[in-house]
Amino acid sequence: MKKIILAAAAVLALVPASISAFAATEVHIPKEQWGFSGVFGKFDRMQLQRGLQVYKEVCASCHGLKQVAFRNLEALGYSEEQVKAFAAEYEFPTLDDEGSDITRKGLTSDYFPKPYPNEKFARASNNGALPPDLSLITKAREGGPDYLFHLLTGYEDPPQGMTVMDGMHYNKYFADGNFQIAMARQLNDDQVTYADGTKASTDQIARDITVFLHWAAEPNLEARNSTGFRVMIYMVIFTILAFFLKQRIWARLEKK
Amino acid sequence: MSTEKSVWQKAFEWHEARLPLVSFVDNAVGSKYPAPKNLNYFWNFGFLAGFVLVLMIMTGIVLAMNYVPHKDMAFDSVERIMRDVNYGWLIRYMHANGASFFFIVIYIHIFRGMYYGSYKAPREVLWWMGIIIYLAMMATAFMGYVLPWGQMSFWGATVITNMFSAIPLIGEPIVTWLWGGFGVDNPTLNRFFALHYLLPFVIIGLVVLHIWALHIPGSNNPLGIEAAPADKIPFHPYYTIKDVFGLGVFLIVFFAIVFWLPNSLGHPLNYVEANPLVTPPHIVPEWYYLPFYAILRAIPDKLLGVVAMFGSILILFVLPWLDTSRVRSATFRPVFKLFFWLFFANGLVLGWCGSQLAEGLPLIIGRICTFWYFFHFFVIVPVVGWMETPRPLPASIGSSVLKAAE
Ligand code: HEC
Ligand code: HEM
Repeated sequence: MKKIILAAAAVLALVPASISAFAATEVHIPKEQWGFSGVFGKFDRMQLQRGLQVYKEVCASCHGLKQVAFRNLEALGYSEEQVKAFAAEYEFPTLDDEGSDITRKGLTSDYFPKPYPNEKFARASNNGALPPDLSLITKAREGGPDYLFHLLTGYEDPPQGMTVMDGMHYNKYFADGNFQIAMARQLNDDQVTYADGTKASTDQIARDITVFLHWAAEPNLEARNSTGFRVMIYMVIFTILAFFLKQRIWARLEKK
Repeated sequence: MSTEKSVWQKAFEWHEARLPLVSFVDNAVGSKYPAPKNLNYFWNFGFLAGFVLVLMIMTGIVLAMNYVPHKDMAFDSVERIMRDVNYGWLIRYMHANGASFFFIVIYIHIFRGMYYGSYKAPREVLWWMGIIIYLAMMATAFMGYVLPWGQMSFWGATVITNMFSAIPLIGEPIVTWLWGGFGVDNPTLNRFFALHYLLPFVIIGLVVLHIWALHIPGSNNPLGIEAAPADKIPFHPYYTIKDVFGLGVFLIVFFAIVFWLPNSLGHPLNYVEANPLVTPPHIVPEWYYLPFYAILRAIPDKLLGVVAMFGSILILFVLPWLDTSRVRSATFRPVFKLFFWLFFANGLVLGWCGSQLAEGLPLIIGRICTFWYFFHFFVIVPVVGWMETPRPLPASIGSSVLKAAE
């Protein structure tokens, strides 16, 4: 039995080793510390609010957030009134009783509006590239939040000898597009003025928007973690009890 | 205490005399089913597979209440489940990860059978039923993966259905017929949803046949020798409680993934809505198909690749006759045991090859491993059966247990 386990362990150790040997050409995405990771992970409400501000002021002109409704923003620590006021800043097209085009104020039940009427329009405005909807972006890319953070801060001068195409920008984390991305560098120091007075360094802004977008992708993360913890305590106790019950029942066989 | 029967007891007996439901269950997996007393923890996985099947059906039905099988709405409807349905995220993560755990459990269950020779006479039909269940599971999970209508759903479905076009003459018409059109589109999604709902219930029927076939000879055991009546114990309470304990351990691992790493077994691209105009650079199926995907791509000819891929599973049907040894358990077959683990490792490496682009070293390794896969069944298994001298078998389970205790 021991030999078998050793053999299996050797195989299991070999396979990932060979995988990483081949993956050498892919970019390495450094791991960051996030408050939401781990078993007890949580979102920092103030950080979520800052991230929302970044989304609204910087990203929303090009990227949608179509899975998120204004009512969801209460989870960021806003009151119902604040959310109502936030929604009312947006205008949505509708028809009046005569059938003519008018606009109405946004309601909490509305979703974030799309920045472009359709894909053609979006591409025409962005050099042929399509800015993806950001609702699920941290789950839709290898590397998740770490990737997003480093993508936003990964703009550099291209390495010597590399020619970057017209309208494209060098980004050392954008492996999918041969390190040339149609989105220009978006974040700079003091790009936003935070309502809570936090100093807006590029690094800080990138972290805030990353945390906000991870909330947008996984709004139930906190409930998931805490429910998981309670379920796990229950399961461990259940399993220990089942084990002793099993020992007790099987002990009857020896008495025979 | 009086010996009078209570009114409940009488009512129960009245009912049992007319429809012996409780006796039926008791005979099948209860106190009236005698099982060898030396079964180890690898025998827990049959029960676990049944448990996961029930879990998949229960979570699946709740998902189906909120899911919309339309190409313009499917992706968003899954997001509504994740965000707006009460505990929808839990139901969906249990269903998505449950499929992976179903395969983990089934793979252990199948390898258990191969190690202890459970496919040999008189259990061949039991083995067949198992393989048919496995095939039905593969079809179910494939169609389920299409339902969320992400990029991998769409392109995985395109690649896999396109395989059938390799069949000469009728290939193209078959693919059009499968799609219900000239590409993976709304009709494809609709029929996959209908079949994805149906097949698990077909699997239940197959499981009944599987257990029925199990009860004719009874369970095999780690020694692979016939169990004398004296070496058997009632399934209930001994194995029921052991299964409950095993279930606890299983659920701890399962819930750790569901609650804390729910997307670790999935592909990120399936969180991007399907787009027929954007082909992902690297299309990979779910991890549980990877070894077969590697076999498919190892062979340069499309038709032969498809034949090899299906053949790699169908070959299991004749395994009982390819294995020429009459000794069941690998415990007493030192040479076979070695090749068994080699085959197991070969399967893992094939899986890795399936996850890589089919070029360079992974392709070469994939070809060697594909060769070995078939070489194992067609040459190693029969020849080892003839050549090997097995270690002496114990006279009975009881005597071997005594020896171990000394
Ligand atoms: C001026 C328009 C514009 C703004 C503003 C903008 N982006 Fe983009 N973004 C784009 C375009 C265009 C692309 C597509 C790039 C490509 O495919 O080459 C893109 C792509 C992306 C991607 C996807 C990268 C990938 O892996 O495919 C992410 C993530 C992203 N943007 C995040 C953001 C964030 C966060 C902000 C706000 C801080 C933002 N963007 C602001 C235009 C914009
Ligand atoms: C053998 C049992 C089953 C297996 C192996 C299985 C497998 C799967 C898989 C792999 C997915 C994709 C998960 C994802 O990535 O999102 C899925 C989705 C789905 N399944 Fe099943 N399933 C089973 C039973 C059922 C049953 C019985 C039903 C309905 C009664 C059902 C309904 C659904 C629905 C509605 C979806 C789409 C929602 C989603 O993607 O999460 N499933 N299934």
